[in-house]
Amino acid sequence: MIAASRKTACVEIGGIPIALSTRDQNFLDLLRHRYEGFFSSSRPEFELEFDLVSPNPSSEDDDVQVRREGHEWLLQRGDFQARWDASTGRGNVRQNSNPYSLDAVLRIVHSLILAERGGFLLHAASAICDGRAYLFSGVSGAGKTTMTRLAPPDITLLTDEISYIRPNGNGYSAFGTPFAGELAKAGENRTAPVACLFFLAQGPENRVDELPSVEAVRRLMRNILFFAEDPGLVEGLFATACDFVSRVPTRRLTFYPDARVWDEIRNFQGVPQHA
Amino acid sequence: MPEDCIYIARSSAIAARALAGEMMVMNSADSTFFTLNEVATIIFQAADGQTPLREIVRLRICEEFDIDPNQAQADAERFVAELSSHGILIVSNQPLVAEAV
Repeated sequence: MIAASRKTACVEIGGIPIALSTRDQNFLDLLRHRYEGFFSSSRPEFELEFDLVSPNPSSEDDDVQVRREGHEWLLQRGDFQARWDASTGRGNVRQNSNPYSLDAVLRIVHSLILAERGGFLLHAASAICDGRAYLFSGVSGAGKTTMTRLAPPDITLLTDEISYIRPNGNGYSAFGTPFAGELAKAGENRTAPVACLFFLAQGPENRVDELPSVEAVRRLMRNILFFAEDPGLVEGLFATACDFVSRVPTRRLTFYPDARVWDEIRNFQGVPQHA
Repeated sequence: MPEDCIYIARSSAIAARALAGEMMVMNSADSTFFTLNEVATIIFQAADGQTPLREIVRLRICEEFDIDPNQAQADAERFVAELSSHGILIVSNQPLVAEAV
């Protein structure tokens, strides 16, 4: 029997093209549907080969584990197992044929790549307004999806769940991601410099409050998505979080959930408190 | 442990950054996060493994702040014990060599 040849699609999120290959046509179709708008003809920087396996119900609830083993990273959860060599840029993934496993593997790989490059994934919605990106971070229920639902038509949604942040020389830029939350809609594949990071709270009126830098770093660290058990990379993320807070305004945004909150965003003229 | 013999050093498993005049310290092994006040920051920065805590308190705390030396020493020992329990500082009754820090 001759094995089916691999078919490849290059998915570029955050300006980082990764080639995803599979022998399974149905999985390729799923992948094309899931990441529509994020395909790229760029030369891939990294490659992931996917092999599909049957679900193992006994391990489906296992927590995610990400650890280094020599040159390789081992990524493991109940529904997938992956090895990825950061030095060669290549890895393989054994997973069920479902989009959630695929999203999880890609998020972890991107979080590792970003940690080495001074960026991070943030549990936050983000959107572009008048050419500048705004991040809205908070725990589940804080209002990330609500903020995106309330956005006027001229706002470009980057994500309602996982924001993609990279340094850009002077500050940081946010990129759209296909990783959707409750909105169940992928973000636009666009980028813009970050004008402000808001930590969300819902209240009886709209107001923007200063946030001490130390508290901003503490909240930022709490909301960065990072899975690896690696003190060196965690230390690097801490340095990145401090740098981010020193360069990008961070505020507490209390908002009443109606469209007027976007007037506050549009009128925001913040500068870093402690640049 | 006699108080005269306390030596302190910063753990290699921590990351520290000063931001807006405050010192933030994170234990990178478990991501616990601390903010140090002015006096605690002085002690933390002076924790070289070689200078006895009593000397740090005498030279760096009592000379800079108007504080009773015994009170300052007691406060410093409490602070050191707390950070030690979180893996931020290493405490010994011997000078700590660089490899152990």
